[in-house]
Amino acid sequence: MKITRQAFLALLAAAARAFPRPRRMAMAIDLAKCWKDRGCTRCSQACHAAHNVPQIPDRRREIKWIWKDRFENAFGEESASPAVAGAPVPLLCNHCEHPACVKVCPTGATFKRASDGLVMMDEHRCIGCRYCMAACPYGSRSFNWSDPRPFLRTIDPAYPTRTKGVVEKCTFCAERLARGGQPACVEVCPPKAMVFGDAADPSSAVAQLLQTRHAFRRKPELGAGPNVFYLL
Amino acid sequence: MSERAIIATGIALFLAAACFPFYRNAAAPPRPLVLPLPAGERECIAPVAYMRASHGDLLLAWRDRVVRSGERVFTAPDGRVRELSLTRTCLGCHEKAAFCDRCHDYVAIGPDCWNCHVDPRRPQ
Repeated sequence: MKITRQAFLALLAAAARAFPRPRRMAMAIDLAKCWKDRGCTRCSQACHAAHNVPQIPDRRREIKWIWKDRFENAFGEESASPAVAGAPVPLLCNHCEHPACVKVCPTGATFKRASDGLVMMDEHRCIGCRYCMAACPYGSRSFNWSDPRPFLRTIDPAYPTRTKGVVEKCTFCAERLARGGQPACVEVCPPKAMVFGDAADPSSAVAQLLQTRHAFRRKPELGAGPNVFYLL
Repeated sequence: MSERAIIATGIALFLAAACFPFYRNAAAPPRPLVLPLPAGERECIAPVAYMRASHGDLLLAWRDRVVRSGERVFTAPDGRVRELSLTRTCLGCHEKAAFCDRCHDYVAIGPDCWNCHVDPRRPQ
């Protein structure tokens, strides 16, 4: 059978359409909007309530999925001009393109989802070795040194708690995305400083922001390719 | 009393005590456990025989489908579409304390589901 060049190209295009490009979920955080109220902790409150994240007073044992730290601690002393030094920056798992935590996990408990790029945590398989915590350059992971339930004032039965001996972190609210929702922090943020979506889709709000605004990431020199972007 | 008689009495007492569980079961055989079924529901997501024998495997398969593959719903053999969720689908009908725990206690196994998953009827 002979095939013309044009038909061949049309076939290729049809095949490419049949295999859609995987999504790449990303978040853009507009710091100027976030700094309208520097004391606001609504994002971490909403996240930690939705996912039964315990409030452990001992900072060596604390569990956090999304939290705030000073600009210079997030981006390094040399990038913190006096204008931004000390300003609180929301920090969470960066859902990296090349996640170091996934590479080092000996059981496959943490893995990168091919369909949308989320770095997921399967606590069923976690053996508590904490290699991922050593590997993560962003401090995004927490270890349960003890049963977290005594540190939970209320438990939302819709989401499991964790147990002693496993590592946990932000999942970009995979359970809410599955129902067509947005991450809890994005939804609750009063000034709508966080925008979440598919960065691989040029028409998405997050892709537009990354095209038009100055965006930067934490420790880009490491090559992990974080998918949480900060806008200023 | 001679030493022989003391020893024989001791052995007899020991055997009587050691065999007590056998007499007791012979007198009243253990009754099979009858579990309370959810009122108003006629069938589980799969036939009873399958659920009895393989609910553990089913739950492990569900776990992998949700956590590893991101699938959240399935179509049960009766055609109903349900969520792949221990807390919402299973415990939406069954009562953990009266159903799961009673049988697991009866057969003396301790699944670790509940270290993390929460009974919606008793969240704390």
